[in-house]
Amino acid sequence: MSTAIAQKRSFAAVLWDYLTTVDHKKIGKLYLYGGGFFFLLGGIEAMIIRIQLIKPENDFISAGLYNEMITMHGTTMIFFAAMPLLLGLMNAVMPLQIGARDVAFPFVNALGFWLFLFGGIMLNVSWLTGAPDAGWTGYAPLSTLSPGHGVDYYVLGLQISGAGTLMGGINFLVTIVNMRAPGMTFMRMPLFSWTTFVASVLILFAFPALTVGLFLMMFDRMFGSAFFDVALGGNSIIWQHLFWIFGHPEVYILILPAFGIFSEIFATFSKKRLFGYTAMVFATILIAFLGFMVWAHHMFTVGMGPVANSIFAVATMAIAVPTGIKIFNWLLTLWGGNITINSAMLWSLAFIPSFTIGGMTGVMVATSVADYQYHDTYFVIAHFHYVIVGGTVFGILAALHYWWPLMFNRILNEKLGKLAFWTFFIGFHLTFFIQHFLGLMGMPRRYWVFLKNQELDLGNLISSIGAFFMAFGVIVFVINAIYSGIKGKPAPHDPWDARTLEWAVATPVPHYNFKQLPLVRGLDPLWIEKTEGNGKLTPAEPIGDIHMPNGSILPFIMSVGFFIAGLGFIYHMDNNLAYILLFGGMALALVCMLIRSLKDDHGYHIHKEELEREAD
Amino acid sequence: MADHSLTPENMPQHPEKATLEGKNKFLGLWFFLGGETVLFASLFGTYLALKNSTAGGPSSQELFGLELVFLMTMLLLTSSLTSVYAMYHMKNNNFKKMMLWLGITGLLGVGFLGCEIYEFYHYIHSFEFTFRSSAFGSAFYTLVGFHGGHVLFGLCWLSALMIRNAKRGLNLYNAPKFNTFSLYWHFIDVVWVFIFTVVYLMGKVG
Repeated sequence: MSTAIAQKRSFAAVLWDYLTTVDHKKIGKLYLYGGGFFFLLGGIEAMIIRIQLIKPENDFISAGLYNEMITMHGTTMIFFAAMPLLLGLMNAVMPLQIGARDVAFPFVNALGFWLFLFGGIMLNVSWLTGAPDAGWTGYAPLSTLSPGHGVDYYVLGLQISGAGTLMGGINFLVTIVNMRAPGMTFMRMPLFSWTTFVASVLILFAFPALTVGLFLMMFDRMFGSAFFDVALGGNSIIWQHLFWIFGHPEVYILILPAFGIFSEIFATFSKKRLFGYTAMVFATILIAFLGFMVWAHHMFTVGMGPVANSIFAVATMAIAVPTGIKIFNWLLTLWGGNITINSAMLWSLAFIPSFTIGGMTGVMVATSVADYQYHDTYFVIAHFHYVIVGGTVFGILAALHYWWPLMFNRILNEKLGKLAFWTFFIGFHLTFFIQHFLGLMGMPRRYWVFLKNQELDLGNLISSIGAFFMAFGVIVFVINAIYSGIKGKPAPHDPWDARTLEWAVATPVPHYNFKQLPLVRGLDPLWIEKTEGNGKLTPAEPIGDIHMPNGSILPFIMSVGFFIAGLGFIYHMDNNLAYILLFGGMALALVCMLIRSLKDDHGYHIHKEELEREAD
Repeated sequence: MADHSLTPENMPQHPEKATLEGKNKFLGLWFFLGGETVLFASLFGTYLALKNSTAGGPSSQELFGLELVFLMTMLLLTSSLTSVYAMYHMKNNNFKKMMLWLGITGLLGVGFLGCEIYEFYHYIHSFEFTFRSSAFGSAFYTLVGFHGGHVLFGLCWLSALMIRNAKRGLNLYNAPKFNTFSLYWHFIDVVWVFIFTVVYLMGKVG
């Protein structure tokens, strides 16, 4: 019924539907589209960097533009590609995994997405007048003294999208605590839902530190305060502390959901229960806990002294223990399993050695004394690309292959999937493995050119060639996504013979998710019912009216308001007319909030009779 | 239905947590306050690092007068107590008394904010101590100003709630809203206790 209507709707109706949607499944898709777009942008920036470094003393782009390129590549990939892609997967999958009909705050969920999108647009609008050029870490005083408005765009773009991410985090936390299906205890939750929960805790406690850091920088740049101005008693190290108190938990926000994804995929395609489920849960929590007390390992060379350096070094190395537990649990999940190898599984299998290399170099850079040698060289670049690409990006691609049937009702083409995997995988190691050695040979990061005959030529050439392989792989994946959307047949129900609750809902997923909330009888609830011959879950309630939230355009308008106000903040120093933007934008956003507060929104009910009429 | 006024017959024990939406709002606000704690902790950390960086300008010992700050503390602490009374009357379904105590809460908040504006005005005009004069000035106005901004936001929130619900009594839809406001207001109060200690008392003595 619903598909027939969907095909007849006009473009404008679909657009309006997506602008006003509060459905977690549609918001998940919006996050994927937005995050995917920024991922391609960040990829183009990466290619420009690698083309510039393909040979010594290249002049493909100017030094200033190169600084803008590296800043935008880092900022875009972390905040506007990796995070939203993960948030999109969480939105699309987590409520189904725990047996919920929606998230706790559907309106806030939509607002979180639109704030992310307009934050990303804000950052990229800066290309018109000069992009930020102080590195993605924005260290003061380089950032506070950077001329032009580039860094202002960085500050406002991150502030707007950061607010959206924080809302997303709170929303997921409340959803998981309050809205699990009957019988879905915490220790029966799939690992992806667990890692969503823990990553949301990290978001909640890490992002406010960035918020404050960005405010201080904004005040210094726009309103003449002196936080980082040494002449008036300021201290530029405060920025570094605030940035990394946020920044280090941020890398666990990026990697823990990927750990969850791999745990789901290994269990499904090995036809085995995840090995060491309890240990996996506690390792996740332990990583998150330790993740908050290691931020200063980014600052070993600042001069904090040997005692502080030692404490942070030891705390950092301790994180290798729970991470190692996870690696062995995945290996033992595979051990003796009935293994299926497909694209999702290839990405997951490739993750184990790639991420382990990244983890090993992580312990190396955590050794504070040795870090004086590694700091700010390509060794560090290689390290964090091994964990972020080899962990998070592999995880996102594995998850897209795995959950594509759930989200888009299509199965991605296997041949194209494997082609994309092998080119990207080979390209990834070509690009970054050699960078370890470039770094050890002394090549510093963020340099525009390198001189010839310093034995850096060949390594950089190999690295750049690898980047082209990666780009090819990404293009093949995009073609695969489009191709399966146009040519693909509707996916069968539960195509992977999976174990968890998200595969128990009807295909395609109805907008209310579960007609009747399921009764969960243990870990891997769908698998339990399959092994006992039921094939589907026992309902925990009779068919009854389902309460649904109303759609709303307010989140969109509110985000537009903040976007306009952001432009006002940036340009009020140059032109008094910008105050119109500043106050107008804030007024628009605040009026939307007031309307939301004053106008009752009780949602609507899908009636029992209607549900009964819809045949399964 | 959720928007029908509550009567003694259908009054649940905890009207603010009787619906799933109410439970979600309650928990969501607690999580939000967790994030706010980190926000203020970051501001406190910045302030502590910069509180002696006066750049030749007036120091905290010269600036602060504990009389005004004592008055502000009393106003805000009392407003926290009155918001507890309001919640007590909410749970007894006494809408009028709840609104009365919320009104008193709001007035005390306005009094606090008035004192703070006077305080800032006094520092700027008598000591030429501004946001731009030193790192200490920047840190002081940012920390205390963020708190003041939270008070202002709370007052706007309270006014909107009271005006919107003035004529329709208590129901399961608006009870969680009043309750979350009261939680937020307590948090603002707790932050002030830390500001009073760390900024003013330690600024006078430390």
